[in-house]
Amino acid sequence: MIVLNGEGSDVAAGATVAAVLERLGLALDARGVAVAVDGEVVPRTAWGSFTLGEDARVEVLTAMQGG
Amino acid sequence: MPDSLETPVAEEDLLTIAGRTFRSRLLLGTGGFPSLELMAEAIARSGSELVTVALRRVGSGEQHGSLVDVLAQAGVELLPNTAGCHTARDALITARLAREAFATDWIKLEVIGDEDTLLPDAPELLRAAEELVDEGFVVLPYTTDDPVLARRLVDVGCAAVMPLGSPIGSGMGIRNPYNISLIREAVAVPVVLDAGIGTASDAALAMELGCDAVMAASAISRAQDPVRMAGAMRAAVQAGRLARLAGRIPRRRYADASTPDEGLPAFG
Repeated sequence: MIVLNGEGSDVAAGATVAAVLERLGLALDARGVAVAVDGEVVPRTAWGSFTLGEDARVEVLTAMQGG
Repeated sequence: MPDSLETPVAEEDLLTIAGRTFRSRLLLGTGGFPSLELMAEAIARSGSELVTVALRRVGSGEQHGSLVDVLAQAGVELLPNTAGCHTARDALITARLAREAFATDWIKLEVIGDEDTLLPDAPELLRAAEELVDEGFVVLPYTTDDPVLARRLVDVGCAAVMPLGSPIGSGMGIRNPYNISLIREAVAVPVVLDAGIGTASDAALAMELGCDAVMAASAISRAQDPVRMAGAMRAAVQAGRLARLAGRIPRRRYADASTPDEGLPAFG
């Protein structure tokens, strides 16, 4: 099962990072967004082509207020 | 040009970090503001040109509106942080994600070693700093007030050091001013006093001790009137900088009259 931001999801293996972002309601040109899969950064330029493996752990992060 | 709150101390007295210059010597943390509107107003009043941002999971927190858009509107540079990271590994991944998210190589490196004090984990911090410098980052590490660690961080290529005055958010001011002075003497990069600032006099003291800049977050965002405190911090940083440049008189135990004794009348 693909884990999305720490929780189990019904995202199917083979989905692209771009598809996951779309599900989260994020535009692909959204500023201040970054994605890691299994602890590795997926660069913005690869969002459309990077496909998720069966047990991928996906982190989708965005800008938050902080010191 | 006369010194005033509306102008920098002097046109030529610019802060330079990694080749980038700033007129303001006050860095601002965006955390803790009750609203983005208040944050934007405080940034404007502070005169700050460099503000920190964090990265968190999409959908977490209660933030409304786009932080990035508000900060772009404010015309400030972003300094992403690795707040909340406890290992070099987490900090490295977070820094790489921040570079991707904010299109900047600058990173305020935080690697926390203790939950209660939020003090830095020195070995992990040094390891992460070295790796990030190798990866081309401009690294500004949040560090303890230890001059030896500060020197080690500069040795591995950090662009500045950000020693704490006291624990994050504690408002306890500068607990070891002697060490902050030693750090200023020990390294050739900018020293930015980070963490512990509680009120304006703390910021002025940091500058008087020779710090090149001050970073304030909670001290402004959690003040009863954040916008007014932002103005106070701006004034304090300028006052402290001026005092440093002016050169204070030495401390002495006994009085030293400034009025001459010669010509003193006798009324016997």
